[in-house]
Amino acid sequence: MLKQIEGSHAMAETIALCRPEVVCAYPITPQTHIVEGVGDLVREGVLKNCEFINVESEFAALSVAIGASAAGARAYTATASQGLLFMAEAVYNASGLGLPIVMTLGNRAIGAPINIWNDHSDAMSMCDAGWMQLFAETNQEAIDLHIQAFRLAEELSMPVMVCVDGFILTHAVERLDIPDQADVDAFLPPYEPVQVLDPSAPISIGAMVGPDAFTEVRFLQHYKQTLALRRLPELAAEFKERFGRDSGGLLRSYRTEDADMLVVAMGSINGTIKDTIDEMRDDGFNIGLITLVAFRPFPTAALRELLAGRKNVVVIEKSFAVGMGGQLANNVDLALRNTPAAPHVHSVIAGLGGRPITSASLHRVFRRAEAQPWEGPHFLDLNEDIIGKELHHVRKVRRSGPTAENLLRRLGESRTAVS
Amino acid sequence: MFQIRIHGRGGQGVVTATEILSVAAFLEGAHAQAFPSFGSERMGAPVVAFCRIDDKEIRLREPIIEPDALIVQDPTLFKAIDVFQGFRPNGYLLVNTNRSFADLHIADQAARLPKGHARTVNATELALKHVGRPLPNAALLGAFAALTGVVHLKSVVDAIRQAFPGKIGDANVAAATAAHDALVREQAAA
Repeated sequence: MLKQIEGSHAMAETIALCRPEVVCAYPITPQTHIVEGVGDLVREGVLKNCEFINVESEFAALSVAIGASAAGARAYTATASQGLLFMAEAVYNASGLGLPIVMTLGNRAIGAPINIWNDHSDAMSMCDAGWMQLFAETNQEAIDLHIQAFRLAEELSMPVMVCVDGFILTHAVERLDIPDQADVDAFLPPYEPVQVLDPSAPISIGAMVGPDAFTEVRFLQHYKQTLALRRLPELAAEFKERFGRDSGGLLRSYRTEDADMLVVAMGSINGTIKDTIDEMRDDGFNIGLITLVAFRPFPTAALRELLAGRKNVVVIEKSFAVGMGGQLANNVDLALRNTPAAPHVHSVIAGLGGRPITSASLHRVFRRAEAQPWEGPHFLDLNEDIIGKELHHVRKVRRSGPTAENLLRRLGESRTAVS
Repeated sequence: MFQIRIHGRGGQGVVTATEILSVAAFLEGAHAQAFPSFGSERMGAPVVAFCRIDDKEIRLREPIIEPDALIVQDPTLFKAIDVFQGFRPNGYLLVNTNRSFADLHIADQAARLPKGHARTVNATELALKHVGRPLPNAALLGAFAALTGVVHLKSVVDAIRQAFPGKIGDANVAAATAAHDALVREQAAA
């Protein structure tokens, strides 16, 4: 049913359609509207047979989800940013135990400096914790991915994180198609656990494993994710057949056929990139886009096939590993490992801490990648003026003070000077 | 695509206004995207929210940089921030005030727009009269419908009722309709 609705509320309605039996909630911006929405649906009796558990922290939220899942319940929670960090130990436990929990991540930066706005630092901090990670391009895809996530998680008995750009998607009010309960029920059968804590048939889950079998447990975790590489496109095809929409899968191509330059990106920025590509195509610039949906498992082979033979690949990402560079760019490099005549990979770091990524800046950086290629990461719209002043200050003065406060003061000074 | 930027202060219902406007457009079969400026909003602080309306899917996710319409809920903002940043030369300007553009020191900016594109409406007074609280957003949306024709008053009314069922909805609908009709009368007189 078409509705003009906030992304978070649409996700809440859809999560309810997936019939979770336990929802653990601890609020954190920008995810809060989602669990609040699910909570309302439980209270109003719209979502039946569901226990909504208010917990005291994110660590408890995921721990309760782990317990519920191990007891055979379909379990759901959501978090963001420092919330994900606070549950870090449980994040590894959920995947290590092979429990099919679905968690929404309303992507947000990680402090310090404290920042509530969107980027992908939180998702990247846990990208190697054994969860599958799917990134939504639009709110419609965010809705659809949750339905597919429960199905995938339960088939493989592995947890899935659905990554949704905080504010940009969670707080946008848009026209969205909320699926019918009957279609969701047909796509997503009731949860049949592969392992369950049942007093009438007691087992243990979570044994200590020594050097003799630890590697094998990890190997099988990895093996499940390689199965997901095959299942994700199949689930997307089945989803399209029932719901009529292209959502999910490993990745999507946009105007890639004859493109010399391909952009690779994840999440909501893909919309602005598509508009930019259309304009550049009109100017005769042969450029296309690959939208990654799956970051874990990483679709190495599918990506290599699309990138091979191109001249330039521009990777745009909303996260940055200090001292190394962009994680997505690094993973794309990996996909091109040992590829003859591999394209030149240009890494762009953009949108950190909620900085808007404008189409005008994208136009400039795509053209620059061809005309003036760079090595290492390029920081989009970096304010070199305040950085220069701060570096000068740090060299001159031993007690130079806190970086964030210094930069804010310089920003204030430069704004006053302009006006 | 038609892009609207609403300026106001925290507590004036700026974000709600863009959401209601997007619902009005949706009810007419259009695609619409409403989103806030994502700040840590405080009562009284300058707030901005955005609404895009198009007849096809809206993919763009940048803030509205070159608005086709500006709705200004609080005229003191002209002194505090650059409300006109990126404003299109043929855009529409709607200001909640009982003063003239000259009194607000924006006569030049208003005069540069096509005839009839810059208008004022005393939305706060209408809100006090009909709603009993100084929340100018609904009245401004009624006036916006009259000024631009981008959405019809009926859709704005339906969207207000959807957001606020019952008596509060009725009161806001009355404010929106009064503002709309006042602008239509002025346009007829001009």
